[in-house]
Amino acid sequence: MAIGDAHRRPERIADPWGARTPYSRDGEWPVRVDQQLASGVEPDAVGWFRSASILHSNGDEIDIAVRDGRIVGVRGDRESRVNKGRLGPKDLFGWQANSSPDRLTRPLVRVDGELRETDWETAMERLVARSKGLLEESGPGAFGFYTSGQLFLEDYYTLSVMARAGIGTNHLDGNTRLCTATAGESLKESFGCDGQPGSHSDVDHTDTICCYGHNVAETQTVLWMRMLDRLHGPDRPGLLVVDPRPTPVAREADIHLAVRSGTNLALLNALVHELIAHDWIDRDYVEAHAVGLEEIEATVEGCTPGWAAPICGVDARDIEAAAELIGTTERLFSTVLQGVYQSHQATAAACQVNNIHILRGMLGRPGCGLLQMNGQPTAQNTRETGANGDLPGFRNWANDAHVEELARVWNVEPAQIPHYGPPTHAMQIFRYCEQGSIRFLWISATNPAVSLPELERIRGILADERVFVVVQDVFMTETAAFADVVLPAATWGEKLGTFTNADRTVHLSEKAVDPPGEARPDMDIFRDYADRMGFKDKDGAPLLKWSDPEGAFEAWKECSRGRLCDYTGITYERLRQKHDIQWPCNDEHPDGTERLYAGADFWASPEACETYGRDLLTGAPLEPVEYRALNPDGKALLKAADYVPPDELPGEERPFTLNTGRTVFHFHTRTKTARAPELQAAAPGPWVELSTSDAGSLGISEGDIVEVSSPRGSIQAPARITGIREGNVFVPFHYGYWDTGGGRAPGDQPRAANELTISDWDPASKQPLFKAGAVAVRRLAPADEPAPAPTNTASAPAEEVAR
Amino acid sequence: MKLGVAIEQLAAAERELADELSAIGERHRTEHDVYHVTRTLAKMELGHIDALAPHAARFDVEIERGSNGGSSLLDTVREKSAELVGRRPEPGLLLLRDLRRLHTLAAGVSIDWTALGQGAQAATDTDLLAAVTTCHGETLRTLKWTTARLKEAAPQALTT
Repeated sequence: MAIGDAHRRPERIADPWGARTPYSRDGEWPVRVDQQLASGVEPDAVGWFRSASILHSNGDEIDIAVRDGRIVGVRGDRESRVNKGRLGPKDLFGWQANSSPDRLTRPLVRVDGELRETDWETAMERLVARSKGLLEESGPGAFGFYTSGQLFLEDYYTLSVMARAGIGTNHLDGNTRLCTATAGESLKESFGCDGQPGSHSDVDHTDTICCYGHNVAETQTVLWMRMLDRLHGPDRPGLLVVDPRPTPVAREADIHLAVRSGTNLALLNALVHELIAHDWIDRDYVEAHAVGLEEIEATVEGCTPGWAAPICGVDARDIEAAAELIGTTERLFSTVLQGVYQSHQATAAACQVNNIHILRGMLGRPGCGLLQMNGQPTAQNTRETGANGDLPGFRNWANDAHVEELARVWNVEPAQIPHYGPPTHAMQIFRYCEQGSIRFLWISATNPAVSLPELERIRGILADERVFVVVQDVFMTETAAFADVVLPAATWGEKLGTFTNADRTVHLSEKAVDPPGEARPDMDIFRDYADRMGFKDKDGAPLLKWSDPEGAFEAWKECSRGRLCDYTGITYERLRQKHDIQWPCNDEHPDGTERLYAGADFWASPEACETYGRDLLTGAPLEPVEYRALNPDGKALLKAADYVPPDELPGEERPFTLNTGRTVFHFHTRTKTARAPELQAAAPGPWVELSTSDAGSLGISEGDIVEVSSPRGSIQAPARITGIREGNVFVPFHYGYWDTGGGRAPGDQPRAANELTISDWDPASKQPLFKAGAVAVRRLAPADEPAPAPTNTASAPAEEVAR
Repeated sequence: MKLGVAIEQLAAAERELADELSAIGERHRTEHDVYHVTRTLAKMELGHIDALAPHAARFDVEIERGSNGGSSLLDTVREKSAELVGRRPEPGLLLLRDLRRLHTLAAGVSIDWTALGQGAQAATDTDLLAAVTTCHGETLRTLKWTTARLKEAAPQALTT
């Protein structure tokens, strides 16, 4: 059976990364401008509007082409420091979703059990009536807000002020909890504050690239193009990859450690053991700039490669070789993503990568970058503005001075801002809904009915009549189908605002076209609600003092003043002239900051830090006095934890470990990418990846329909047999039910990966473990055709790779 | 020398704490973090009995290893009851009560470690002291977790 027919696919579907432009160490990454226009459209016959991508987290700068009031294409920005003109397949084709005929164009309210179209006045008044009644009856603790990693900074900041100081609830989080919470938490634990130390440009200068659980080829295609251009250039850097799947990155690696799921920390403890044993550490740097060396030495004492090898299921010699690569390089560049963040002991493992950079003194210098990546385009802003379970401006909820400062910025009493405990994380918000103590849940730009773990449970919560559910989105999602009120929102290209990528690069995104129908920008919807609710500051003036995006941005700048994420030197005008600026940007750094911590100037003093830290095993926050004793001088913190086995291990009944994730052609629950024909055709339906040996022992051939089941539920999909690690079963998480014709529900054909996932999360970051839990697999029916999985990605059939 | 008696009592207190961690975790299975963290902590506390075992042998006292263990049937009943009450607001108050119970047990174990540590120092028993230092540090993590989780749960349980 022939798998794949490359000749019929569009060029950048067949080759997602495009042609190589090799360059050498310390060289300039060449420009390569990628462009995609609707057929018959000429580049000089359109208007161009500046923006950046919101279909992944790389922050690629894009010009949007507009003709006759419609988006007709995109072009990479050659001036951009992030992408130098390049675009990935999702950007080249995804813009078509904007003009999809099934956009939400009018508000909907539930009448007699059915959603019916209405006007904004009716919808908003229903929201407000319910809110006022509930506030009176149960207080702010009955309100929960669950937002996104795809809105703009101005939207999040408006929401954050409205929820935290207007309603006064502690229950505000983003779906960033699912993708980037561990990045933020590990940075806070190690450096006292969120904020990426490194920069994409470190690829240009490095000698060694380490990708930990980071399939960069599919999650950030343009960053991978940059790495590939170095890897194929004159002085190739070394490449270490930790990933159970044969990703395109792993195929380029010098050392590929396909570890058993849930054992990242065992591996990393062994790597750090080797660095210490061989004295591959910068003792002067550690002495001057870090605390915790003794603790980390004690923790990794017995963690030899021989100890870790059977736990991780890799060869001890490969661990030794990996440690030597890391330990002897002059310039180390590390990236981390979901393979770590969504796996067992996530924060402890991510911290151990930070520790490697601290121990080697490799921070803040060209080529010595550390990127705890983001999974979403604007996740950085969710984190900065406090829409994600932190206080705005990386402020510390346990530090009264920080809360007072925030109260001054907002002109409210400090007591109006809940800070008696850590802001409530998403899984706990849904738990409070389940309990019935949260009774008003406002979901913006995210689709929890497909993206949260254990979907049967989540659907039950969303369907519970006690919870009034508001959904603000662009399309009628599986989640919106449960809503009491649906609010149609404008999206990328239809509203003005800013957003920031993982390496702190701030982009301006212009309004290129009008939103369809009555759809409104998210910020306007939040503002409208706040006005109707009558939220006031302590002098009786409106709480929200801005009415347009630029006003919101200026207000945010004041909130960020003096913090690590200082935006005070940035204006819309500057962003229009200079393409992209990395924060902090202020009087001290007027042109922004390429790398943090160049002078080991960490943001970790007890007065400045965003957190006092947590116990990585239990998640219990440290008390302020403990932190003062531990780190009085604000140094970097070497934090470590012992490896413990995962919570749900495979056994006789369910012998495999579940691994869920992305493919390069889709984003999230496909609300946009499935509405771009080229992307949809590239990966039209779900599949289940099995190793050659597991498929063999189960009698499963390519394309056979299989059932995967866990204690939570089961799914059915065709099998793809790949070079994935034995015992690991991969299912893409993109596929829900809005386009299955079953009324946005699984019916008798469940296919969403999260039917299977476990409700379990990292104790410190509270990030759910989407790459965990035990599953069984059985063959249901023979194949008519190969699985609909891409053939040029981590999902490539084993036989193709062998060829 | 009464160190043997102290070890015996401490081992019994550790087992009670571990068993209660497991039982309360099962009861709050719908509080998924409570369920998973209590299981991790129960294993950790049981490990302390193993750490004490060689010292108990030196002082000629016998300590029981492992957990008393609830029967699996009982666990199933607890799990089912957790699912049944999972959708009502009262579990918030029940959780506060159970966290208080774990907190007082962990505090008892912690002060027992303090006593044993003082004894070990007075007897210049450095091996025992080393074991006490490690295990006591871990029990303090349980104690801090019960406090932290209660602080997190109380506002919602008491105001909504």
